Amino acid sequence: MGLFDYFRAPPTKSAALAKERLQIIVAHERGGRRSSPDYLPALKKELLEVVRKYVPIDQSQVKVHLDREGGYEILELNITLPDEDQRVGQTR
Amino acid sequence: MATVIVVTSGKGGVGKTTTSASFATGLAQRGYRTVVIDFDVGLRNLDLIMGCERRVVYDFINVINNEANLNQALIRDKRVENLYILPASQTRDKEALTKEGVERVLNELKQTFEYVVCDSPAGIERGALMALYFADEALVVTNPEVSSVRDSDRILGILASKSHRAEHGESPVKEHLVLARYAPERANRGDMLTVQDVLEILGIPLLGVIPESPAVLQSSNAGVPVILEGGSDAGAAYGDLVDRFLGKDLPHRFMEGQKKGFLQRLFGGG
Repeated sequence: MGLFDYFRAPPTKSAALAKERLQIIVAHERGGRRSSPDYLPALKKELLEVVRKYVPIDQSQVKVHLDREGGYEILELNITLPDEDQRVGQTR
Repeated sequence: MATVIVVTSGKGGVGKTTTSASFATGLAQRGYRTVVIDFDVGLRNLDLIMGCERRVVYDFINVINNEANLNQALIRDKRVENLYILPASQTRDKEALTKEGVERVLNELKQTFEYVVCDSPAGIERGALMALYFADEALVVTNPEVSSVRDSDRILGILASKSHRAEHGESPVKEHLVLARYAPERANRGDMLTVQDVLEILGIPLLGVIPESPAVLQSSNAGVPVILEGGSDAGAAYGDLVDRFLGKDLPHRFMEGQKKGFLQRLFGGG
């Protein structure tokens, strides 16, 4: 750091940027390696019970999926209604 | 009971072999029977860093394939008592590192040694996976730099899921962070991740900070583990690291850097 640099505006703090980027990418990658949260099976079971009050469906017709993208999470529910009704409901 | 320690990082060039050499040397200096194994089949370098490259006759793969016994392959360090080196093969390919073979050799070494230090190759391929698979503890070598920190986190994930301990539901591999090539002045200026930043991201206990130091290159030129250059900053930092590993409660040095005087700041230098 010489005389000229001493009077110049301090450079942008690149380490802060590095830390922020790392925190995001590391959280994301850890999310990918962890298995789904432990409440998912219970959620799926309860959803099944609610839908069953109205439509006869079985376990395999409810799909619950959790995705993490960037800073947010997407909970995806996919319920396939029985064929005789000739309709397939999808909620998201 | 012997302890198996892997020195790993994911990323290459961060100081795994330098750390393995100094860590093993430090343990032996303190009286523990120690062996350091090079797992980098095809790209061995531990022998050069330890200064025993001209004494390699048989290697790790020879022992795995029963072409030589351990006594023939182990190289006894000429400077430090209780220290032995098991070099990697320079010619075979990594497929020769079988889980059964590695386990057999490690079990045999555990009969005679107190510490078995496994110097992992870079990457997450077979050599790296075999180096960490049987580990009880891990030194994760990280530089204060984005790609190194990310790769270290990846390796932590592998230690927690693909090691023998993880697969058999035993207590997890004990993790230690070694932050190497640290330049406190640059960190203070905001140009480099600080020790605290890296600790916050990786979330594992800090075993030691090794300052960026010309002594590391100089000692590798000479084939002397830098810990034997006790007068150097990096050598002293490795000495502290080994003592801390053995349970001494030492404050971390080399994290602050030198305060520059006004004139030094004005006219540069350093």
